[in-house]
Amino acid sequence: MRLRFEQGVTYTVLLLFCAVAVAPLLGILVVALGGGAHFDNFVGAWNAGDLGTGLRNSVVITTTVVVASAVLSVLSGYALGTMRFRGDTLIFAVFLIGVVMPFEAPIVPLYYDLRAFGLTDSYWGVILPDTALSVAFGTFWMRAFFLSTPVSLIEAARIDGASSRATLQHILLPLARPHLLTLMVLVFMWTWNDFLLSLVMLSNPSIQTLPLKLAVFQGRYVTDVSSLASGAVIVMLPVVLVYIILQRHFMRGALSGALKL
Amino acid sequence: MPSSLDRPPVSPPPGRAIRGSPDLPPPGAPRRIGYVYVLPALLVYGTFAVVPLLHAGWLSFFSWDGVSAPTWVGAENYQQLVADPQLQGAFLHSLVLIVFYSLLPVAIGLLLAASLSRLPIRGLTVFRTILFLPQVIPMVALAVVWRLIYAPDGPLNQILGTLGLGSLGHPWLGDFVWALPAIGAVGTWVMYGLAMVLFLAGIQKIPSSLYDAARVDGAGPLREFFAVTLPGLRNEIVVALVLTMVAALRNFDLVYVMTRGGPGNATDVPALEVYIRAFQVGDVGSAAAVGTTLAVIIFALVIVVQRLVEERLT
Repeated sequence: MRLRFEQGVTYTVLLLFCAVAVAPLLGILVVALGGGAHFDNFVGAWNAGDLGTGLRNSVVITTTVVVASAVLSVLSGYALGTMRFRGDTLIFAVFLIGVVMPFEAPIVPLYYDLRAFGLTDSYWGVILPDTALSVAFGTFWMRAFFLSTPVSLIEAARIDGASSRATLQHILLPLARPHLLTLMVLVFMWTWNDFLLSLVMLSNPSIQTLPLKLAVFQGRYVTDVSSLASGAVIVMLPVVLVYIILQRHFMRGALSGALKL
Repeated sequence: MPSSLDRPPVSPPPGRAIRGSPDLPPPGAPRRIGYVYVLPALLVYGTFAVVPLLHAGWLSFFSWDGVSAPTWVGAENYQQLVADPQLQGAFLHSLVLIVFYSLLPVAIGLLLAASLSRLPIRGLTVFRTILFLPQVIPMVALAVVWRLIYAPDGPLNQILGTLGLGSLGHPWLGDFVWALPAIGAVGTWVMYGLAMVLFLAGIQKIPSSLYDAARVDGAGPLREFFAVTLPGLRNEIVVALVLTMVAALRNFDLVYVMTRGGPGNATDVPALEVYIRAFQVGDVGSAAAVGTTLAVIIFALVIVVQRLVEERLT
């Protein structure tokens, strides 16, 4: 009896908090759809907010950051996880700083320095700093994987005469795939959702990202509730879809990424 | 050409050292090629993260409008940090937000942990996916959603009216008293799922024998919670506290989109001050000082908490 009662309490609490979590999101979807299954509001928001341009820019920036930081993180994680060289602990410690570094401090000089090189108001103004921070976490993340691979595996490859590059490419990388995918999913989410960096770096409307477009749009159409709701849904949709498909990776990244602290 | 021809002889005969031959030391031994692999990542990270961070610290000792030549002012920007009521307000608001972003979600998460039965939960994946959902959505979109909810004729006031509590209605984000808690409540809504997911994972690692023992000892649900669940979740609680506190301290997107720090300075936060000072009013040195202070607070927080966790582990 006691167990059944307790189980009832468990499900009630879980259901209640799940309902609170999704209610605002479902509500916004209903408002966006305008009470029916027509998509006029979406078309209106898409055109008025120039969200197509935002989507294109977000895709370009996010793809570049995800690919670049994955490649760089695999290489540095491989070195720090399987090799020993002078200064390796120091280098790793420097990377660790980036894992918790808040961007609010470096962004101030970063803007003025990048502007001096003509890199603000270009994709690079966002791609380079975003990659830099992602690489800090990525190095940490991939190093943990390479540390967990059995030393005997690497030794066997070396005895067979495999170069360090061949060992990485043919033996370790195939094993690293799930780990690497989790990293890419996390970097995708961080880059896609970034606001402050885009706000500071991108003032030219033709290269602004999707979240930035939404903020501009909401500043201009404060009272147009259904258009705003549609705009918000459009901005949420890509990341929610990826989340639902790759849910396991988000969760694993969030849980073990969190425990890194 | 068969690739085996490229390979050096397999394991040299014992006792015969091959000097100058390409027999590499085993992994773990010093290998200079490691630098080649680390260098690209280190260059990008150093140039676009570490150097700017140090540069921010340097800039914080100057008065600079972003255009003319900077002048050295020593610690003046930091003295201003203590003396300027606007900046004090911004950091004070961060403390209030910590209650909403961090303490409330952890309390809610613990409530869930306390109410969990020892039986396996069906559909756990679905529950976790839903609870975690607000975490993955861009803050800007959530800010737009909640701005609509808090609007004077928005759903929140309508619901209060329907319940006959219309007198409790407010223009939430335009109200000097209610604007900050209203933003904080969004933080609670975003973060409690994170705390719950962390605790759900943690509670499964607590050996059920501990619960059995507590029950044999005749412990009620309350004692069971304080004697078994709470200590067993200590690690997860600490992690949840750090993650949510850092998010509270860094809060920018929500405030920028929902209130721009208003009404008056009622919802001003440090990150917003950095943005305004650096890019709108041209007080770059002061912005750098606020940003550096924020970074130091966050680094200190993480280090202290990490020590706490390690102490427990050893």
